Amino acid sequence: MANIKELSKIPERLTSGHRLCSGCGASIAVRQVLMGTTSPVVTAAATGCLEVATTIYPYTAWAVPFIHNAFENVAATISGAETAYRALKKKGKITKDIKFVAFGGDGGTYDIGLQSLSGALERGHNFVYVCYDNEAYMNTGIQRSGATPTGASTTTAPAGKVSYGKPQIRKDLTAIVAAHHIPYAAQGCISHWNDLVTKSQKAFAIEGPAFLNVFSPCHRGWRYPQSDTIKIAKLAVETGFWPLIEFENGKWSFTYRPKERKPVVEFLKTQGRFKHLFKEENKPVLGRIQKDIDTHWNYLEKLTQATSA
Amino acid sequence: MRERMPGKMHQDETRCKAVILTTHFNGWHGIYFKLNSNNMPTKTKQKEKTKNIVALTGDQAASEAMRQIDPDVVAAYPITPQTEIVMNFSQFVDDGKVSTEMIHVESEHSAMSACVGSAVSGARTMTATSANGLALMWEIVYIAASTRLPIVMPVVNRALSAPINIHCDHSDSMGARDSGWIQIYCENAQEVYENVIVAVKVAEHKKILLPVMVCQDGFITSHGVEGIEIFPDDKVKKFIGEYKLEHTLIDVDNPVTYGPLDLQDFYFEHKRQQSEAMKNAITTIPEVLAEFNRTFGKSHDLIEEYRLNDAQIGIVALSSTVGTTKTVVDELRKEGLKVGLLKPRFFRPFPKERITKALAGLKAVAVLDRSESFSNEGGPLFTEIKAALYESAKRPLVTNYIYGLGGRDIFPEDIKKVYKDLEDIKKNGKVGSLVNYLGVRD
Ligand SMILES: Cc1ncc(C[n+]2csc(CCOP(=O)(O)OP(=O)(O)O)c2C)c(N)n1
Ligand code: SF4
Ligand SMILES: [Mg+2]
Repeated sequence: MANIKELSKIPERLTSGHRLCSGCGASIAVRQVLMGTTSPVVTAAATGCLEVATTIYPYTAWAVPFIHNAFENVAATISGAETAYRALKKKGKITKDIKFVAFGGDGGTYDIGLQSLSGALERGHNFVYVCYDNEAYMNTGIQRSGATPTGASTTTAPAGKVSYGKPQIRKDLTAIVAAHHIPYAAQGCISHWNDLVTKSQKAFAIEGPAFLNVFSPCHRGWRYPQSDTIKIAKLAVETGFWPLIEFENGKWSFTYRPKERKPVVEFLKTQGRFKHLFKEENKPVLGRIQKDIDTHWNYLEKLTQATSA
Repeated sequence: MRERMPGKMHQDETRCKAVILTTHFNGWHGIYFKLNSNNMPTKTKQKEKTKNIVALTGDQAASEAMRQIDPDVVAAYPITPQTEIVMNFSQFVDDGKVSTEMIHVESEHSAMSACVGSAVSGARTMTATSANGLALMWEIVYIAASTRLPIVMPVVNRALSAPINIHCDHSDSMGARDSGWIQIYCENAQEVYENVIVAVKVAEHKKILLPVMVCQDGFITSHGVEGIEIFPDDKVKKFIGEYKLEHTLIDVDNPVTYGPLDLQDFYFEHKRQQSEAMKNAITTIPEVLAEFNRTFGKSHDLIEEYRLNDAQIGIVALSSTVGTTKTVVDELRKEGLKVGLLKPRFFRPFPKERITKALAGLKAVAVLDRSESFSNEGGPLFTEIKAALYESAKRPLVTNYIYGLGGRDIFPEDIKKVYKDLEDIKKNGKVGSLVNYLGVRD
């Protein structure tokens, strides 16, 4: 459990003045995650909104060491930094205890950076990987990604006369990561800050790779008023659209369970990207989305039971 | 024997005698040589007390230099014909012969990405690759140079796909000639060994700070055994000194942002600085080489001129073909022909002044390219040399030969034919065909 008084004492690592949109979920995700440790941190980010908006030369919003290398290789880049740290520490050239954390968008993580992430997890580097998941390639103008949910309209899978948006389901990245049998992986959401900071504390505390998949709404891409970011994030959790789960030493568990899961339309209807689904001809898609969520929820229930012993 | 050994090194007798083949076949297709069971260099002959001559392949020479350099971090991925470097070095790591942390990455893209993360953190960092591996890391090859990181990378030259081919040509590294890396081309395994050591010092020089590729010919050099003089470990260590980066990523007390978004207002200036670094390199590398020569009793230079002084016609070539050409030069000289040879050791930075000066007195010059540029204007070495000569008041007639693609052998007869063509050009005072192909069925 995180204590808000204690957290407020941790100096800001990502400072204000960056050029992410107001109400952007990404910066909230980063700040909450970085509250998970009081140790010095070295940060890295993949190409994407977070990186381009926080490091426009000659300015930087990062009060801690930061590196951006390219789009698909943040996990490999942090591998190199973390290994250099171990090499130099072994030789006594550096004495401090340092934590390493990499941030990637869903594009940089689910898609183009998946190989590099998988390699780094398998090699067992001591780092935390954070996917700030806004369910599309926002930086390049809201294109579909492997994280884009069924029915969302994006600029490369737009709703049209013969299309209801993305027909496929999104990848279960957290499960893919857990399949590497790393010590810790979890899904968090910026609306549930205590849950997320607690998960981040665990991720930073363990030896070896840890992974956080953080639901980070983007009002530009999802088309809702910027003031609604937290409200919409909360609805994703309350509807089961984004389950708050955790994979710790081989065991799956829910860290938060809504008393009663709200219908997913409560979440979908708040955003322009799903607007077309409410047309008469697309109603079956709404049904399918609800069914997919129920199926996945039941699967998670069984998974937690199966691994709880 | 010599006739059937295309591209073999031109060696003095001492070295030839020192070659002892304690090899057995290892691995697929029986191409790999292995020295003893643990891949350690075999001590062969102590010709002079001070010289330690061992039998090594080009790949082993590169890994032996890496052992002595003892980099903090190596991140690499295997690809023929570079694989042996990674294998040998991994053995050094696992036998505790080096203090290096090895990152067994899942691809070359991640190899170069991890190298960037490591070098920027203040660790002396190396990798190695060939062909498709270099192509896969392309994006980050540019980023490494533009971030001004002194990464050293042996490149074992191999043809680029398609069609897939594991043998030597220079299409891989030549494609990367404008990536901002320094490029050294090695005539033989001895040079591989020495140039890898030189590369560290060049890359890390305060006035340069650029990554370096040390290129050797796949299989011809990488898998051919030579007697190589190995310097004492402590002397190498002393020569290369410590890697000290001014602002490291992991200096948490002095946080730095690396790799920012750099737009219209600054990007150009940063690129301009990068060009300046390459300009510094052309004047600074000779200083490093002079120190190397003083320390190890060698005579390295940006270029090597072979019997060029009074020559009337000459060939320009890179890497192992230089050895074959030297043999031909010697033969033709015996027949009284005034032939010579120019070997650019460094291709990046391009030693323009030195090359144009060396060629100025010749009547006709043939440039041998082991890669195509598909510009219809000849190979990359040719077009650069031709352009460089444009400003010379006295310049020879020039012609180009593309040869050896996909590992096609080049024989002394081929080179003799080139010299014969040059004789004709000299006589006629004009070049017939500008771009020619050597040793290909038309
Ligand atoms: C190799 C490569 N391909 C494509 C791009 C273009 N690109 C830059 S950021 C980006 C999308 C980023 O999406 P995501 O990772 O989800 O981050 P977001 O912008 O949504 O925060 C793309 C396609 C690139 N920079 N590099
Ligand atoms: S486009 Fe979306 S992800 Fe990008 S800065 Fe704006 S709100 Fe954030
Ligand atoms: Mg995204």
